[in-house]
Parts: sequence; C-alpha cells; structure tokens
Amino acid sequence: MLNIECPYCGFRDEIEFSCGGEAHISRPELNDKLSDKEWSEYLYSSYNPKGLFIERWVHSAGCRQWFNMVRNTVTNEIYEVYKIGSLPKTKEGLLAFKNNWRRKTKSELIDLKKKKNNGKK
Amino acid sequence: MLEKKQKYSIFSIIKNSFSYHQNWQKAWRNPEPKKNYDAIIVGAGGHGLASAYYLASIHGIKNIAVIEKGWLGGGNTGRNTTIIRSNYLWDESASIYEHSLKLWENLSNELNFNVMFSQRGVLTIAHSEHELKEMSRRVNAIRLNGIDSEILNPSQIKRFVPIIDIDQKLRYPVMGGFLQKRGGTARHDAVAWGYARAADSYGVDIIQNCELHEIIHKKNKITGVVTSKGKINTKKLGVVVAGHSSVVADKIGIKLPIQSRPLQALVSEPIKPILDTVIMSNAVHMYISQSDKGEMVLGAGVDKYNSYGQKGSFPVTQHMIASAVELFPILSRLRMLRHWGGIVDTCPDASPIISKTEIEGLYFNCGWGTGGFKATPGSGHVFADLIAKDKPNSISKPFSIERFEKGKLIDEHGAAGVAH
Ligand SMILES: Cc1cc2nc3c(=O)[nH]c(=O)nc-3n(C[C@H](O)[C@H](O)[C@H](O)COP(=O)(O)OP(=O)(O)OC[C@H]3O[C@@H](n4cnc5c(N)ncnc54)[C@H](O)[C@@H]3O)c2cc1C
Ligand SMILES: [Zn+2]
Repeated sequence: MLNIECPYCGFRDEIEFSCGGEAHISRPELNDKLSDKEWSEYLYSSYNPKGLFIERWVHSAGCRQWFNMVRNTVTNEIYEVYKIGSLPKTKEGLLAFKNNWRRKTKSELIDLKKKKNNGKK
Repeated sequence: MLEKKQKYSIFSIIKNSFSYHQNWQKAWRNPEPKKNYDAIIVGAGGHGLASAYYLASIHGIKNIAVIEKGWLGGGNTGRNTTIIRSNYLWDESASIYEHSLKLWENLSNELNFNVMFSQRGVLTIAHSEHELKEMSRRVNAIRLNGIDSEILNPSQIKRFVPIIDIDQKLRYPVMGGFLQKRGGTARHDAVAWGYARAADSYGVDIIQNCELHEIIHKKNKITGVVTSKGKINTKKLGVVVAGHSSVVADKIGIKLPIQSRPLQALVSEPIKPILDTVIMSNAVHMYISQSDKGEMVLGAGVDKYNSYGQKGSFPVTQHMIASAVELFPILSRLRMLRHWGGIVDTCPDASPIISKTEIEGLYFNCGWGTGGFKATPGSGHVFADLIAKDKPNSISKPFSIERFEKGKLIDEHGAAGVAH
C-alpha cells in the first residue's frame, strides 16, 4: 500500500486517495488551425512512461483537494508532492516534466510560454 | 535443416513410455537471430506467436523471427485467468471476438497441441433490476449478431451453479444472469506453447531473451531493429508487446492512447470440484472459475494507477477476496496459494488497436487490456493478414488507430464488465 503525503493533511494510506492520471496536460486552444490529430492527442493519447511520471491525485476520503505527485511507475517510489498550479522542484520531477512528449507539441509550447510571461508580470 | 515435428497422440505417448519419456523431441528450437528476416514480431505472448504462426501457415511468409525479452508466454499470456467468450455489444467487437471463438473451437486439432479449451459456459450475474434490464438489452443485441446468449432466472441459475445462494434478501441478491454456453476457459501456457511449436515447425525462429532496443527506419520505411542480441534487418515489424506498447511506441514518437495498469489474480489451494463454469459479477466486481487441478481462480478490476511493477496494490487484492467471499461464503476459509499481477494495456474505449502506422512496414497490435486472452487466435489471424497484405481486412479495419482522430470509438466498457 502506498503511503502518500497529502500537501494539506500529511501522510495517509493509499485507499484514501484516487488517482486522476497524467498531470500538466493543457487544453489546446480551439480554433480552425487545430487539427483532428492534435485534438485526439489531447483527448486520448497518454504519456505512459516506464519510470518517472507526474500525475494528479485527489484526497477523496480526506480534504478532497487535488495535488500533483512525482512517482516512479516501476518502483512506486514517490519523490515529490506539490500543489496544483505550480511546477515540480526535485531533480526527478523536472526530468519527468521535461521527458513527456507533450512538452514538445505545438499547443504545449505556446502554453508554457504563456505561463512564463504570466510569471514575469 | 528443419526437423519434422513429431505428432502428439495416444500412440506417441505409448511409444515414448518404452524409453521412459526420455526421447521426446524438443517442442521448439532455440536459435540465434539471423541477419535478415522478411518479418519480425516483437513479443512472444500468445498474440505474437499466433501472428507468426498464421503468417507462416496461411500467408507463406516463413522467414520470420519472434523476439521476446523474457521467456515465451511469460507476460500476460501466462498470467491471465483464461476466460473466453464472444458476447460483446458492438458489431465490430462481436465480429472479432466471434472470429476468435470459432478458431478456439478447432485450435487443439489444428495445432496438434491440447490447449484444454473447455466450453463450460460463462455466466454473468445481475444484482439489481436495472442491471437485469440492461442485460436483456445486451443479450438481444448479441443474439442479433448470431452469437449464442441467453437470460437465466434465479432458479435456473441455482440449477446451473448449485453453490450459489439465490436468497433475495441478501445484500447483493442474484436476480438473474446471462449465459454464453460456448464460452469457457483454456490452458494459457498451452496456448503459447502450442502456437510456438506450430510456428517453429514452419521454420519461424523464436528468439527468447532478446529485447527490442531500437527501431530503425529510413525514409519513413522500416529497415530493421537493434536488439540485445544485435542488429537484425527486416522490412516488416509487428509490435505485440501488451503492457509495454507505449514504451516501444515512444522510441519512434508514436503517441498511443494507452495506459499500463497492473491487473491482479490469485488461486486458492486446490479443492474438490465445486464450480464447473465461469461466474462474473459486475456489481460485486469479481469473476471466478475452478481450474482442472481444483484451484479456485479469481480476479477483479485493474489497479487505480499506472504501473509497470508486476505486483499491484494491496487494497485491490483485499477487494478481490472480499468480493469472492461476498458472493460465495463457502470460500471464506480457503487459503491462498499464489497471487500475481500482469501489466495490461488499457485503451480509452476498452477496445484493441490493430493498425498500420505512419511508418511503412510498422504495425501495432495492442490495447487488449484486461480481456485479450480470449482473442488470441483471432487477433493473430487478422494481424498476420494485415502484415502480409499491408491492408486491414473487414474485421481489423474498425480497430485502426485512426478511430481516435475520427471519433469512431468502439466503447466496450459495458461488455468488458469487471474487466473481461
Ligand atoms: C491477471 C490477468 C487476468 C486476465 N484475465 C483475462 C481473462 O480472463 N480473459 C481474457 O480474455 N484476458 C485476460 N487478461 C488479458 C490477457 O492476458 C491479455 O490481453 C493477453 O494475454 C495479451 O496477450 P499478448 O500476447 O498481447 O501479451 P503478453 O503475453 O504480455 O506478451 C507480450 C510480450 O512482449 C514482450 N515484450 C515487451 N517488451 C518487449 C521488448 N522491448 N522486446 C521484446 N519483447 C518484449 C513481453 O515480455 C511479453 O512476453 C488478463 C490479464 C491479466 C494480467
Ligand atoms: Zn488531504
């Protein structure tokens, strides 16, 4: 059983949580330039790595808050939990974020740029 | 030179008993990879081996290698609970699973290998009025596709499965169910071994302990692979690696709609025969059968998060056992003998992907998730056809990966039920 640290409640057993799958997926802007392929990649394709992975979890039988988690999908080691809206900080988290093929798609790059600009304001 | 395969029969058993069974021919060779093959199949699970067998036997392509990173049949093929049925809802699924079931019915004969296919029936139970209505609708659709399927009332169920309690005051009363009599189970290892032996007899090289590392392509055409046993050239590459499909696809930038999840199962200590069919319950969420050795074989749903660790999470194991005891209190004192997990490749619509790709000569067969064992013969049959002709046939066509772009999903979450 995983022992998960909720950023709001601390360490609890896995059964109190639900997993919401891959984190940091940004919805492409809907316009006539968006191809069926890009839309289907957003909607259906999954980054499904053997190793470092960032996913969303919710403390469903606790505070009911969502948060992100960096986990190794082979060993189940958890490296980091962090709040929705922020980016990972650990070496493993940054690697997992960067390796995801989504970071290379057009809409993701535009989105990341936007995030950066917002940060400057 | 290829040695002729010995024929398995009662006479060969008698004959070999005179030499204390010391002189049986090896069921397959253990060759080193050649430099060139006409086609390479990655993954020696049931689906991969069946693909190679039908490529050789039907399409005459015999210069084939099946490369396997572990041992043949050591993946989900050797880990599943072996439920076989074809009572799916949509026409596309009915067509491929029924195609498969028909092949099962003659498989032991065709392969000259006893795959212990046993048509003991698969009975799915309803525990609420709503479930029963939904079931009737499903049964009607299935029958319209010409597939056997019938609704049973509680007393018919009691006659069919004497150990079941049909008291209507239970927390999960048995209100009815639907039965596919032609469904059942088979011996999973024997399926892998049977296909391996038959493929080998056509000269197919099954190369174990040989992991695919890289896929090489030039000008958008497959030219070969790099493996743990070196570089091998080929123009056609069929990837059939189940839970590892995304890992392989990622090597060449193909983005599959697949998530890899552990699916667990367990067997109890062997007991005398008490159950001669397969029982599934979606509401209580479990399925169970009894093996020929007497072990109760049971399983439930997939784990809640992606993982490549073949063990699975403990709450799921607990749930599986609790559900079995809820439905059959008679099992409560049985001891567990073995427990394991396999990594299944789940698709958003619970249907498989049998498809060409953007790269010429590269084909994927994956996404069977929790229910692909039953499809082993059919999947191999249509995948071989796709690889040989570079064109999908009417059965495999709807399962192309383009369905996700076109929005033509084949949603079988209902028929997939507990998982199978
Ligand atoms: C616990 C459990 C219960 C199940 N119960 C049922 C059931 O009751 N009924 C049913 O119909 N289905 C069931 N299934 C699903 C079924 O087992 C699978 O859908 C089916 O076996 C898939 O067959 P396969 O040949 O594609 O996969 P596998 O047998 O997993 O074969 C894939 C092979 O690819 C190899 N491979 C992976 N990566 C590489 C690489 N890079 N290089 C070389 N080789 C590689 C693997 O080692 C493996 O041997 C169950 C699955 C599990 C885990
Ligand atoms: Zn919490």
